[in-house]
Amino acid sequence: MAASAMSAAEAARPALQVEGVTHAFGKRVALDNASLEIDTSRFCVLLGLNGAGKTTLFSLITRLYNNVSGTVSVLGHDVRRAPGEALRRLGVVFQQRTLDLDLTARQNLMYHGRLHGMSRREITERTAQELERVGLADRAGDKIRSLSGGQMRRVEIARSLLHRPQLLLLDEPTVGLDVEARRDILNRVRDLCRNDGVAVLWATHLLDEVPDDALVVVLHRGRVLASGGVNEIVGLTAARNLEGAFAELTGLGGFETSPRALS
Amino acid sequence: MNSDTAAAPPKRFGAIHYMRCMSGIVWREGLRFLHQRERFVAALVRPLVWLFIFAAGFRSVLGVSIIPPYETYVLYEVYITPGLIAMIQLFNGMQSSLSMVYDRELGNMRTLLVSPFPRWFLLVSKLLAGVAVSLLQVYVFLAIAWAWEVEPPLIGYAALLPALVLSGLMLGALGMALSSMIKQLENFAGVMNFVIFPVFFASSALYPLWRIAEASPLLHRICTLNPFTYAVELIRFALHGQVNWTAAAVVAGCMLVFLAGAIFAYNPSKGLIAKRGGPGGAG
Repeated sequence: MAASAMSAAEAARPALQVEGVTHAFGKRVALDNASLEIDTSRFCVLLGLNGAGKTTLFSLITRLYNNVSGTVSVLGHDVRRAPGEALRRLGVVFQQRTLDLDLTARQNLMYHGRLHGMSRREITERTAQELERVGLADRAGDKIRSLSGGQMRRVEIARSLLHRPQLLLLDEPTVGLDVEARRDILNRVRDLCRNDGVAVLWATHLLDEVPDDALVVVLHRGRVLASGGVNEIVGLTAARNLEGAFAELTGLGGFETSPRALS
Repeated sequence: MNSDTAAAPPKRFGAIHYMRCMSGIVWREGLRFLHQRERFVAALVRPLVWLFIFAAGFRSVLGVSIIPPYETYVLYEVYITPGLIAMIQLFNGMQSSLSMVYDRELGNMRTLLVSPFPRWFLLVSKLLAGVAVSLLQVYVFLAIAWAWEVEPPLIGYAALLPALVLSGLMLGALGMALSSMIKQLENFAGVMNFVIFPVFFASSALYPLWRIAEASPLLHRICTLNPFTYAVELIRFALHGQVNWTAAAVVAGCMLVFLAGAIFAYNPSKGLIAKRGGPGGAG
């Protein structure tokens, strides 16, 4: 299991810790003093509308660019000071498709494994395991182009797990998929948390993708408005369900007009 | 799940992991190349058109006197072959570096940059992969040019290899650095007009520098300041089994400068990615 690959010191640290992160593109502030923490084997939903700052946060965690202030650490490894250590413990599924369409699923995973310094034998072994897990073992030799949207996503998830990360980031992974495929992917990723101890940060704007036992972080215009269990979030508001709570917190639904900043 | 528990990630990356990463990047570039035959054909047709048509038309107009490394009068075709080789590498360098940032390879750039290896190493590997592809293009071009009476000594083909690696790295690094500095170069037509054409024409690729000096001292000055001229001369001498040390030094120096620029541009706290909100835009 992934959890057992961690050192004892790492196991005691949160899988992901974001503390007081602010980031701006020119004058536009994309993230404003954002903080969140995810423990090992937790499923965390980062809930926010388009433009809330979800992708910016992902880019900072994956060190596409550096945070201007605050710290981001993966299992205690600061992304700025020890990027290699942080990145090797991290698996990512980006919002945009990043597979090579002309190559086969197996070739795409081989490339990824090499980028993580894995040996051919290990990659071959792990590719078989991970494609099996996402139910695509029989499509390993097919070109990505011939797969459906849902299948491509599953290949991306298999790829992101190839190097046994302890933290998995998914940025709107179900965009453009039908209901069936969406549910399938959500269930597979939740199984990962439960069975393999992988911590997951799942960014979405779709409220029906929030499981009842998930940790929820509400992000709006670059600020974390609330975080906690689903019931906690609902309890912070006068609403009866998460949808109402989200509307109230972001001030978009008309239950209350002013968004409350919560600690 | 025994196999899962057995292999914890290694403590630290050693030389073998770096080798695996680099070989993986080159391997993928090779695979892509095999899948993009149109790109290969286009890369080949371009210099061949110059060789077959342009050179044929100009051989009577333009006399080339005896200048090093040539020991006899040479055909105009022979004279422009090194320039065309450099052109293949110029296009290749611009194409692979720019498409990485702007076109369909956006996704690949992100895949590459989340690798835990140091960023400079990833960028250098990517450049080497591009050079490897350009080597193949150049040697196929030379094989066809042989039938067109461009017959350098055999030793030239071997001596050409290190020269090509050096010039390919320089031009690839130039593309990578440019991709970050000039915002307007968002499509390839812009690159053609503002980079490739001026760089190619204001060099010794098509005419010897002394000829240019006769025509316009200013243009001559520009040509001697153009790093591409030195890439062409490095290739020209190598193709005749000689080393032009001045050219080699200039190309190596420019390569380092451009590479430093590219690494700077892809530094997460500076340069292009931070400013533009990253490939794929901010959300």
